Amino acid sequence: MRYLRRRLGLFVLTLWAALTVNFVIPRVMPGNEAQAVLGTMRNVNPAALHALELQFGVNVHQNIFVAYFHYLGNCVTGQFGVTVQNVPVMSEITSKLPWTLGLVGVTTVLAFVIGTFVGVISAWRRGGRIDAVLPPSLFILSAIPVFFIGLLLIYVFAVKLNWLPLGSNYTIGATPEFSPSFIWDVLKHALLPAISLTVVTAGLWVYSMRNNMITTIEEDYVKMGTAKGLPSRRVMFDYAARNAILPNLTGFAMQLGYVLGGAIVIEYLFSYPGLGYLFFTASTDHDLPLMQGLFLFYTLAVLVCVLLADVATALLDPRTREA
Amino acid sequence: MAVTDIAAAAQPDALEVSVRSRRLLRAILRNRKATVGALILLLMVFVAAFPGLIANHPPQAPLYRANAGPSSSHLLGTTQLGQDVFSQLVWGTRLTLIVTLVVSAIATLISMIIGVTAAYLGGVTDRTLTVVTDVFLIIPVLPLLILLSAYLSPSVTSLIIVLTVTSWAFQARQLRSQGLSLRNRDFLVAARVRGERPMYIILVEIVPTMTSLLVASFLALAVFEVGFAASLQFLGLGNSSELMWGTMLYNAQQAAALESGNALWALAPGAAVALMGAGFALVNFAFDEIGNPALRPVRRRRRARTAA
Amino acid sequence: MPEPLLEVRNLSVAYLTETADVRAVDRVSFTVAPGEFLGIVGESGCGKSTLLFGVAQLLSPPGEVVGGDVIFRGEDMVRLGPDDLRHMRWRDFSIVMQSAMNALNPMKSIEAQFKDTLEAHGTLSHEEIQQRSAEVLEMVGIDPIHLGSYPHQLSGGMRQRAMIAMALLFTPQLVMMDEPTSALDVVAQRSLMTKVKDLQQSLGFAIIFVTHDMSVVSRYSDHVMVMYAGQIAEAARTESIFTRPLHPYTRGLMSAFPSVTGPRRELVGIPGAPPDLARPPTGCRFNPRCPDVMPECLTQDPELYVVGDAEVRCLLYAKQTKKAM
Repeated sequence: MRYLRRRLGLFVLTLWAALTVNFVIPRVMPGNEAQAVLGTMRNVNPAALHALELQFGVNVHQNIFVAYFHYLGNCVTGQFGVTVQNVPVMSEITSKLPWTLGLVGVTTVLAFVIGTFVGVISAWRRGGRIDAVLPPSLFILSAIPVFFIGLLLIYVFAVKLNWLPLGSNYTIGATPEFSPSFIWDVLKHALLPAISLTVVTAGLWVYSMRNNMITTIEEDYVKMGTAKGLPSRRVMFDYAARNAILPNLTGFAMQLGYVLGGAIVIEYLFSYPGLGYLFFTASTDHDLPLMQGLFLFYTLAVLVCVLLADVATALLDPRTREA
Repeated sequence: MAVTDIAAAAQPDALEVSVRSRRLLRAILRNRKATVGALILLLMVFVAAFPGLIANHPPQAPLYRANAGPSSSHLLGTTQLGQDVFSQLVWGTRLTLIVTLVVSAIATLISMIIGVTAAYLGGVTDRTLTVVTDVFLIIPVLPLLILLSAYLSPSVTSLIIVLTVTSWAFQARQLRSQGLSLRNRDFLVAARVRGERPMYIILVEIVPTMTSLLVASFLALAVFEVGFAASLQFLGLGNSSELMWGTMLYNAQQAAALESGNALWALAPGAAVALMGAGFALVNFAFDEIGNPALRPVRRRRRARTAA
Repeated sequence: MPEPLLEVRNLSVAYLTETADVRAVDRVSFTVAPGEFLGIVGESGCGKSTLLFGVAQLLSPPGEVVGGDVIFRGEDMVRLGPDDLRHMRWRDFSIVMQSAMNALNPMKSIEAQFKDTLEAHGTLSHEEIQQRSAEVLEMVGIDPIHLGSYPHQLSGGMRQRAMIAMALLFTPQLVMMDEPTSALDVVAQRSLMTKVKDLQQSLGFAIIFVTHDMSVVSRYSDHVMVMYAGQIAEAARTESIFTRPLHPYTRGLMSAFPSVTGPRRELVGIPGAPPDLARPPTGCRFNPRCPDVMPECLTQDPELYVVGDAEVRCLLYAKQTKKAM
């Protein structure tokens, strides 16, 4: 259908743009960081080194457009070079991915559910106690930088009360396995980071959900639902909430970038060895290949989620079908 | 419509603008959220302007007993190097506030120029600018911030540049839709008929009418810029010798302040960042309500029965 | 005289905002007999739609009923509990809104929207639901094949008719319509009105029809109520309103509409604009625009006076018997 084709086209276009931005940045930045970094790399696989040279414009004797096309080719085949520690960028990313996926995946879903629920109900019961207190407080909570909430939680629960561990993803020295005790260990370590992320993300969702909901409730068809004598809850969900969420699904997906950024800070704060922590250590090590690879990966993640939201919209919103 | 009629169609005149601003002031005072938020921000401005009045120790000088807890002479204790935390917090307000305001202002400006130009010129320009905006919207902000910071030597200027580049797309869409809705208003048609150039129309005619939306965008951005700036510095990507709340956080984290007993060293600047963000958030929240009456608090009244 | 189906007594509706209380409907009273077609006409902002939603108990905040009663088949709807009210909805009275594009849920198919209504009020089997849905569509002249369509897939006229079909799902005794033809072109308008009148005659329901277009109402209604600034200006049988308009406002409205077949004459509008209901004029609300204004009109609030079988709110007729308020 036309809608999906258009969104797919946009996906490809934005992907290309992101790859291009990745190509342009090292070339427009002042100084010769890239040259310095690449200069320190020894014993590197020639193909990987060449890919990096193309990406960063170091030692490249070809015309820039030729270099660009070769670079794009490398991207498509997954050749992102190696890190300054001579590890393929791709494998570094894939090894740390599951931890971040777990943390961010769970918290995003949770935040979405909480945020939607609270937003819908508080908008439906305007003037009630929930509406007066919850949305402004949650919005303010979302405006508070995520690291502060993390700091507070660490201080209260880890330092003062000593209920939960200070950091890392599992107790240092423990062997990873599928045992209940290990899983419990992992969960304990993930709890504070997860709470920090969920609180901030939920706050954001609630605010947008509530505003969308309030605008939707004004629509005639919602009034019609009540007029037909449908039970109030049915009108709230079937006529208002559905119509408030669905058109804004793509918008919600675009906020994922902010969530991922928050996850980086949280992983740093809790020394949680996921992609965010990797990004941070890469920046202290000036590991440009790894940083550019990660940056691209993050952008791709957001793009994919936006595309998924588009697909969901296409499937669930009848207006996207031909009239 | 006769040409004279079109020309006579007035754009919002000075009287209307002043009535609107008075009404706005009244609305702000009546809305509790706005008043609290405005008070917080005014406090910040005051502290930024007159830090010497409030803090009586030099902020960076390592003169005092290290790692002291809060006391009457050191309200928030001292750092690992013996600096007074409270003074650091107070003196750090100025730069933090300036950076936030500058970034929000420039980003809103860029956002507006791009959004309105796209809306007004339409066609290919519109589509190109929209694609560019969408690309920047999708690119996750903090990763880009971190990446760019790796190339630039840390300084306040590079912080401002990097934050602006990553934030301008945030409001461009809203400003574009507002631009679209204004496009065919009478006073713009009048300007076109007079033969004014598009840039003139955009800057002199359209922008002043969008002031309330621009202020709202500015506030919405400011809410997050405080946090972004602090987060970047917290991660160590800022210049730690510049005194800002974010750099305080970085130094505190490096000295493991939470675990070693000077928790306030980390918590105080964090709370300050949160407070400034909250201040902007409250005023922004109230602005949304003032602008969109549907969002205003609903009065729940028991039905007043008048005699039948 | 047969028992009225609907009796509205001194209904007042206000918008209660933080800055001001605006009385959009001021002490309006009227009755509707079974099978009657009542037209309510007036300028934009005169309160006619607010009145309709006030009667139907469908006001959204900050709008609220602030006085009066709405007696429908003996029950006062204003004081009815929410569950009882919900049970009455659609079964006893239904509503048709101005724009079907906005009033029909864009995310649900026509049959889904019929289905949830039917299910909310009873336990019909799946086949019975299908059957009834097809039935009402046929009544309005739509092929039941369109049951699976979504609102945006139908034409404007079809959408409007689908809304009317939905309103008739339970064959209620009263159907309230808020400017259902305003969004249509003249030809579609005529076709819709004919259909509505046919259905009314065959099924026997009463209609309250709100519109700003007097010509639509002139052909089909039994009674007409002219509203101005939240109050009833004149109420009478349709022929009386059109042949012997009493209120200067009604007369102004009459002369503002050209007749396609009648002699050419100069069109006279009504100068000025309707009053700001937050600060209505003292005395008669029409006095700033009235061509027959008298000194007492500026200070004295006219009551509704009975003149023959009509009611007029105009001091010109103050000598007549006052209507009991």
